[in-house]
Amino acid sequence: MNLLTLTTALLVLAALAYRVGQRRALRLRTDQRLAALPSHYGAYVALWCGLPAAALLVLWLIGESQIVRLLVVGALPAESQGLAPAQLDLVLDEVARIAAGTNLFEDDSLAAAAARYSALRGISDLAKAVVVMAAAVAGLVAGQHLVVARLRARDAVERLVRGALMAASTMAILGTIGIVASMLLETIRFFQQVSPLAFFTGLEWSPQTAIRADQVGSSGAFGAIPVFAGTAMITLIAMIVAVPIGLMAAIHTAEYASPRARAIIKPLLEVLAGIPTVVYGFFAALTVGPTLRRLGDTIGLDVASESALAAGLVMGVMIIPFVSSLSDDVINAVPQALRDGAYALGSTQSEVIVRVVLPAALHGIVGAVLLAVSRAIGETMIVVMAAGLAANLSANPLQATTTVTVQIATLLVGDQVFDSAKTLAAFALGMVLFMATLGLNIIALRVVTRYRQAYE
Amino acid sequence: MALTARRQVLETEPLATAKTAKVAAHGVTVFYADKQALEDVSMDIRGHEVTALIGPSGCGKSTFLRCMNRMNDTIAICRVEGEILVDGVDIYGPGVDVVHLRARIGMVFQKPNPFPKSIFENVAYGPRIHGLAENKVALDDIVETSLRRAGLWDEVKDRLNEAGTGLSGGQQQRLCIARAIAVSPEVILMDEPCSALDPIATARIEELIDELREKYTIVIVTHSMQQAARVSQRTAFFHLGVLVEQGDTEQIFTNPVEKRTQDYITGRIG
Repeated sequence: MNLLTLTTALLVLAALAYRVGQRRALRLRTDQRLAALPSHYGAYVALWCGLPAAALLVLWLIGESQIVRLLVVGALPAESQGLAPAQLDLVLDEVARIAAGTNLFEDDSLAAAAARYSALRGISDLAKAVVVMAAAVAGLVAGQHLVVARLRARDAVERLVRGALMAASTMAILGTIGIVASMLLETIRFFQQVSPLAFFTGLEWSPQTAIRADQVGSSGAFGAIPVFAGTAMITLIAMIVAVPIGLMAAIHTAEYASPRARAIIKPLLEVLAGIPTVVYGFFAALTVGPTLRRLGDTIGLDVASESALAAGLVMGVMIIPFVSSLSDDVINAVPQALRDGAYALGSTQSEVIVRVVLPAALHGIVGAVLLAVSRAIGETMIVVMAAGLAANLSANPLQATTTVTVQIATLLVGDQVFDSAKTLAAFALGMVLFMATLGLNIIALRVVTRYRQAYE
Repeated sequence: MALTARRQVLETEPLATAKTAKVAAHGVTVFYADKQALEDVSMDIRGHEVTALIGPSGCGKSTFLRCMNRMNDTIAICRVEGEILVDGVDIYGPGVDVVHLRARIGMVFQKPNPFPKSIFENVAYGPRIHGLAENKVALDDIVETSLRRAGLWDEVKDRLNEAGTGLSGGQQQRLCIARAIAVSPEVILMDEPCSALDPIATARIEELIDELREKYTIVIVTHSMQQAARVSQRTAFFHLGVLVEQGDTEQIFTNPVEKRTQDYITGRIG
């Protein structure tokens, strides 16, 4: 019996258990007062039936391969048994392939082990099905016997649901921890090869370490300042575009626009947020970049066709809806009572907005801007396509520049070895990026929460 | 139709009262979209008196109050007919600047609504936007006088730079009163100013209202008949969008002409 059939059977049984529990509760209800609704008793029995069995199944699946492996190793030829763990894994993979009939090479010495493997898998599958279904049936019977009128089934079910919800929320935290841990290890390996001081203060970025010593450009310099500077510049340009436009758009939609205009403008602005960044990327690279270059030519400026300005401008456009949508929300959240108070003192509409509404919404707006900044720092596709690769340390936005995200993307594209500083540098950059955006998000959330507290 | 109604009112009303009244409403009718909230209300509000508007919830008393400083303008679906004269000038007439009007007719709301600024800045807001103070010294002076008149100065003089929202409910409401009087209005409209306050804070505000009568004309909407009886000289009773009866407070409470007023005061309706 394969896994899909088994899970389906389990679900069917749980559904049956639900009916059984519900029926029993309904029968009890004819002469007693129940402590919960019949559906709660149904859910209660279904959980008794399904949960222990499912837990057992999961444990079995985790333990199965380990146990089978241990038993198979005994059947391997003597010379294979003494191999190092990594090589032993390869041999065992081959055994599994022979058993499945997908092996590439004939190797009779492994035939015995393969036969053993097949036999063990067969036994395991059967045993698994029997044990799990037995557990489910036992759970159903036990649960059904537990159903009495005074059983507080709702409490039990809700406790369990609460537990499940909590587990789901912990998932996000575990995900973050996992990501950090995976980057952290590689980052540490990188800093064993390149000193942190050189990385954080060096002015030259040239990560192309050569495979052969005599190759051109084999030096490999890992001074990340030019890369950080590129990110900072493009982010700055993007924010110069996005913050004023986004904020003014938000003020318009929240305060001035008629309900009908608002109903049209807001979704249209949010369409911008739905455009894939890769589309923005070629808009920047094929339209904005060359246009800027031509414009520069006409007024005698030397503009690179891949310029920080082009990437920054387009990124700014991309970020407008983040700023406008969040700001619009916080401006709308400013209590009407404050506006009324200001109007009643004889304020004009612009005075109300500038002197009362915006200061009251300031925390939220700052939060929105910080979230937008962290979004700009992490944005990859636009800069990959439009900003260039050369790490020039220059304050001229008309030149090509590069960003942290671009470097990560280029360092990890293609075949790489995971022990060279070049590849590992990507993780160090990623770590810095992660820390920066994490810090910004934490600050932004704090600011926003503090703002919310003021009105609740 | 509204025009003819207005003309009739003008004819029946003796010209003299229109002159002595600080605010005179003639045939005021208000609609929220298609729903009529106020029907043909005519009343005079005399200067340097407290006029109480009483009546059950939804009777239109707050709507009428908000007509007097055109706060209803901020509600898009609201339509006002008839005329309201302040010192003889129709505030709904052409050429009336609503910003100036509201500076002359201040308002205090049901729930204290101090701005999220310091106590000083709350009071200084009005003088600043209207350019009433020429320099910092004059502004300080206005703020202090206003807070003193609102009976709040002694409690806050050492913490003028702290947030106005950090005060207690009663203090916040007095701050809002100080904010309103800082622009030297002629009339102060109060929309149930004590409904969110405890009895002690309420008593404090009521005392204050009595003191303010000397300098300002006050119109107060209240749900509490005791409050109306305590603070007002004139009372108007509204019911279902109609002004049922108006008169001296004492007369309304002891000897009402209309049966509906009698019923409301004795608790039979509302």
